[in-house]
Amino acid sequence: MLIDWFTVAAQVLNFLILVWLMKRFLYQPVLDAIDAREQRIARELAGAAAKQAEAGKERDAFRQRNEAFEQQREAMLGKVATEAASERQRLLDEARAAADALLASRRQKLRSEVANLNQAIQKQTRHEVFAVARKTLAELASVSMEASATAEFIRRLHRLNEGDKSRLDNAFASATESVRVRSAFELPEAQRVAIQQAVHQLFASDLPLHFDTADQLIGGIELSVNGQRMAWNIDAYLSALEDEVSQLLRGNDKPPPPGPLDGAAAA
Amino acid sequence: MHLSPDQIVFWHYGWLTLNATIVYTWALMLLLVIGSRLVTRKLSTGQHRSRWQNVLEIIVVGIQQQIAEVGLPQPARYLGFLGTLFLFIAVANLGTMIPGYEPPTSSLSTTTALALCVFVAVPLFGIRDRGVAAYLKSYAQPTIIMLPFNIISELSRTLALAARLFGNMMSGVMILGILLTVTPFVFPVLMTVLGLLTGMVQAYIFSILAAVYIAAVLRTRDISPANPAADSP
Repeated sequence: MLIDWFTVAAQVLNFLILVWLMKRFLYQPVLDAIDAREQRIARELAGAAAKQAEAGKERDAFRQRNEAFEQQREAMLGKVATEAASERQRLLDEARAAADALLASRRQKLRSEVANLNQAIQKQTRHEVFAVARKTLAELASVSMEASATAEFIRRLHRLNEGDKSRLDNAFASATESVRVRSAFELPEAQRVAIQQAVHQLFASDLPLHFDTADQLIGGIELSVNGQRMAWNIDAYLSALEDEVSQLLRGNDKPPPPGPLDGAAAA
Repeated sequence: MHLSPDQIVFWHYGWLTLNATIVYTWALMLLLVIGSRLVTRKLSTGQHRSRWQNVLEIIVVGIQQQIAEVGLPQPARYLGFLGTLFLFIAVANLGTMIPGYEPPTSSLSTTTALALCVFVAVPLFGIRDRGVAAYLKSYAQPTIIMLPFNIISELSRTLALAARLFGNMMSGVMILGILLTVTPFVFPVLMTVLGLLTGMVQAYIFSILAAVYIAAVLRTRDISPANPAADSP
């Protein structure tokens, strides 16, 4: 008989014990370990997903902050550009005002230079006129300037109008001091005598004449007695010439120059 | 020449007999339990695992997948029975490499015992899932006429299980013994290698057939008129 029933029973029992032992020591621990590992991996994956979501949120927040910063930067740039434009305008206005002030100052300076130049021209003209006249008279009439001036002075004494002559007569009559005759040059004796005679003849005065020189008369002769004065000199001509030159310069200066160079050229 | 290790008796007292089948079975049980205990007492749930833990996990998960592929839902519920069946037969058959070892599976008593376990386990699983009445009613399906045929089917397949495993293992051992006497060199080694393959195949067949029988019982419930919609592959 190939089947031993006692052995069969023993093997059934052995097998059932083995099933229980294997479940106890093999299947359950291994399955528990696998489940624990799967749960741990699932937790790690969930954690990774949470971290990814958090990173996504942070990325979005960073992007929003970046955009806000960009907008703020644009606004600040716009503000700075506006301020720069206004500052530029202010500086331009200041520069324009400074340029206007400088131009006015230069014009004032030019005017004063023109005035100084006029004075210099006037002075120089006086000397030049006197020199030219003296030279011309000397060359053409063979008379000196002093003689011509003296002759003209005496002629004018003779041609005095009634009013002037009466005032001089009164002056001579009431005069107690010597009569002063001033000239721009030292009169020669002949001219002095001629003048003395003419005064005696016209005003019947014996008062002595006191001759002296005065530069400002410029080629002229002046007689003063007791506050009255009778004079002839080229100063009148020079004054007229000065007026004409001044009018000429003013005429050139009157139209306002279009630029600073034009003003300088006019000067 | 022994046809069965039952015939190797170490101790005998009355009807109690301690033969080689029982002794080798105890040895295998010790090997399996102690080996499992040694590996599973320090199981790791982290990234790094010992190679023995990897081996055990591969074996357990592989058995579980095979059970699932047969069509049994919740394979962990059947892992204890079917997995132990496979591991016991496989280890018993692989032991034929050891000289002087007699596999318990080459004893018709052992294979009968295992077949009886399957014979009892199948209805137990069916009753646990469906209840006694529903299970017993399945024997009269589709008609009452089929009742004797279903009973004969149950008995015959149990007999077939036992005889198939016994025949294969006994014949392998017998052929090996005969060849050792005829051609003591080379050829027995090849036959041993072939015996290893046969042993593994028989372990697989025995376990898979048990799983199929269980699945068939559960599927009988699924295709019943009360729940026709659950008949999905």
